Amino acid sequence: MPDSDNVHVLRPAARPTTGEATSPAQGSQAQGPQTQGSQTQGSQTLGPQPQGQQPTSPASGKATGEPVAGAETRPVGPSRTYEALARAQADFPQSELVHFGADKPLTLDAGVTLSPFQIAYQTYGKLNADKSNAILICHALSGDQHAANVHPVTGKTGWWETLIGPGKPIDTNRFFVIASNVLGGCLGTTGPSSINPKTGFPYGLDLPVVTIRDMVRAQAMLIDHLGIDRLLAVVGGSMGGMQVLQWAVSYPERVFAAMPMAAAARHSAQNIAFHEVGRQAVMADPDWRGGRYLLEGTSPRSGLAVARMAAHITYMSDSSLHRKFGRRLQDRDGRTFSFDADFQVESYLRHQGEAFVDRFDANSYLYVTRAMDYFDLAADYGGVLANAFKDTRTRFCLVSFTSDWLFPTADSRAVVHALNAAGASVSFAEIESDKGHDAFLLDEPELTAITRGFLDSAARAVGVA
Amino acid sequence: MSPRDLLIQDLTMKEAARAASGKRVDLLIIADLVEPGSRVLDVGSGDGELLELLATTRGCDARGIEISRAGVNAGVARGLAIIQGDADIDLADYPDDSFDYVILSQTLQATRRPKWVLEQMLRVGRRVVVSIPNFGFWRMRLDLLLNGRMPSTENLPYSWYDTPNIHFCTIRDFVALVEEVGARIESATALNGYGQKVRLNLPWAVWNLLGEQAVFLLSRGR
Repeated sequence: MPDSDNVHVLRPAARPTTGEATSPAQGSQAQGPQTQGSQTQGSQTLGPQPQGQQPTSPASGKATGEPVAGAETRPVGPSRTYEALARAQADFPQSELVHFGADKPLTLDAGVTLSPFQIAYQTYGKLNADKSNAILICHALSGDQHAANVHPVTGKTGWWETLIGPGKPIDTNRFFVIASNVLGGCLGTTGPSSINPKTGFPYGLDLPVVTIRDMVRAQAMLIDHLGIDRLLAVVGGSMGGMQVLQWAVSYPERVFAAMPMAAAARHSAQNIAFHEVGRQAVMADPDWRGGRYLLEGTSPRSGLAVARMAAHITYMSDSSLHRKFGRRLQDRDGRTFSFDADFQVESYLRHQGEAFVDRFDANSYLYVTRAMDYFDLAADYGGVLANAFKDTRTRFCLVSFTSDWLFPTADSRAVVHALNAAGASVSFAEIESDKGHDAFLLDEPELTAITRGFLDSAARAVGVA
Repeated sequence: MSPRDLLIQDLTMKEAARAASGKRVDLLIIADLVEPGSRVLDVGSGDGELLELLATTRGCDARGIEISRAGVNAGVARGLAIIQGDADIDLADYPDDSFDYVILSQTLQATRRPKWVLEQMLRVGRRVVVSIPNFGFWRMRLDLLLNGRMPSTENLPYSWYDTPNIHFCTIRDFVALVEEVGARIESATALNGYGQKVRLNLPWAVWNLLGEQAVFLLSRGR
C-alpha cells in the first residue's frame, strides 16, 4: 500500500547530488567479465558529459565495482537517486551483456540498420549438454530481464518469481532460463537512453522506432550467441506474449513450445488509444524537451507518472480496484474539499506512477508502447492470421483471464482459431480471476498448474530430464 | 439375457461400468475403433481421459475441445492439448478433413444443435465416432412407465430441470439422424447396463431395448 505522504506527482522532485547515489543491492555481484569490459569502454564514451550533473554519473562509481556503504539495503533518499541508478543500467546493466558490433548489424522493420547494439540478459539454471532445455522469457511493457532475481534498482524480487525458480513450473533445476531486456528498453539493451556511439550522447529520439519483430530478431541473435538452435519454450505475457507469437511465426523451427499469456495477435484500437494517451502525457511534460531531457538534465517525471497511472488502471479490473480500495479514504476521516489524494485509489495510483518513474525511461516508454501498437501478425500474411502459422510444428498453449479487458479472451481465442485452421497443436485455457490483465504476473494456482503441465509435457517430448 | 437376469446382476455388479483399468468402458471401445497414430479431435473431452488413453495406448495426435473451464484446465495441466470452446459454435472454425477421427463421447445429447454438430464433425473428420446414452433402454422405459417420473440413472443422475442433457435420443432416433445427414454407419456397438457389449447380431429394436449406451463409427456418404 502507498505511503500516506504521497509524492505530489505533478511537481518535479528536487534533483539529487551525485554523492547521494548508492549502489543497489547486488551491486558488486552480478558483474560478469563482459560487463566489466563494456563499462571501461562506456566510461570513456561518457567522457564529454559534465560529471556531477548527468544522472548517469553514479555509473562511474559503479564501474569500478567498488563496494559502497549500504549496498545491501535499498538506498534511501530522493526519488531522483533511484532514477539515476536506473539510468546507469541503460549502458552498464548489472546483467550479462552481449555486444553486436559492426559485423552483426540488426536490420529493423523501419528499413534501417542498428549497429552496434547490445543486449542485457539474465540466465537461471544450466544449459544441458545437447542444449535442449533452454526457455526464453519475454517481458511485458514495463518489465525487464530481472525476472527471477532481485532487481538492481528497486531491490524487489523478480517480476515472475511466481513461475520461475527451483521446483517452480519454469523449473530452474531442469531448465536453462533466459530473460533479456527488449530492444528499446532501458535496462541495458540498446534503447533511447543508451549512448549513441556516433555522438557520445544518449540516442533520445534518434533511435529508430522498433517493432516487436525487431525485438525478436535481436533476441534470436542472443540465442545464436548462446549457441542454442532450438528453444524448448518461449514464454511471456502481454507484450511478452506478442513476442512469443512473433517467435513462433518468425522462427517456427526454433520454437518447440510457445506459451503466450494474456496476449493478442494484434494491438486493438482501444489499446493503441490508451498508449497514445500515455505518450501524449510524456510529451506534454515541459521537461521532456522534445525527447532531449537526458542531454538537458531534466526529466519528464510528471508526464511519465501520469502515463503510468492511466496505464495501470487498464491492468486491473473494476472489481479488483473495488476490492482493494472501494471508496475508502486515505488516512483521513473525511473529505478535504481539495485535490489532494483523498481516496486510497488515488494515493495508490500516484504511488504507482512515482515508483515507475524511478526505474523507467520516458523515451523507452514511447518506443516500447509504439512497438506494441505496430504489432499485427496477420498483416504480413494478407490479413489471414492462419497463414502466419502455416505448417507450424510448434505446440502452443494460450492462456487468458476472465477479467482482463485489455487483452480479453476473445483476442486469445482469435489466435486459437487461426492455429486450429493451421492444424497446429494448441491448448487454450481461460482462467477465472478478478485481477484483470496483471493476473499473469500474480499467484494464480490454475496458471501455475497449466504452465507446469504444458512445459513438463514439452520437456518429456524433447527428452529433457 | 432377460431383463430379470439383468436386474439380478445389478445387485452384484454396480461398479461394472468401469473396467478393471479404471477407464470408462465406452472410452476403451472408442479407443479400439481408432487406428493407431491417427489425428483425433475429441469434442467434449472433459478432463482428457480419452485423449490420454489415445495418446498413450494408440500413439495418436489427440486434441480436445471442452466447454467447462475446470475440465480444460485440469487437462492442460496434464499436458494435453485441449481448447476451451463450445462444440455448438467452435467446430465451424476447423478446416475440412483436418482430423482422421472426430469423437463425440456422451455429449451429443448436451449440444444445442445435435444435427449441426454431427454435420460439422463429418466435415472436419474423415470418420466420426459418437457414443450416446440410449433413452430407449428398457430401464428408462420401465422407470417412466411405473413411476411416471423422468428417468434418472447412475450414468444420468440429473433432475429434468437442471440436466445439461437437453437433447436425449434413443438408438433408433440416432440411426434416423445418421440417415438424415447422409452418413454411413461403419460399425455400431451397444453396451448393456454394466458396460458389457451386447454381442448378438440383433435388430435395432432389440439393441434399443437392451443397450444403455451405444457407440457408432460413421463415415461420410453412403
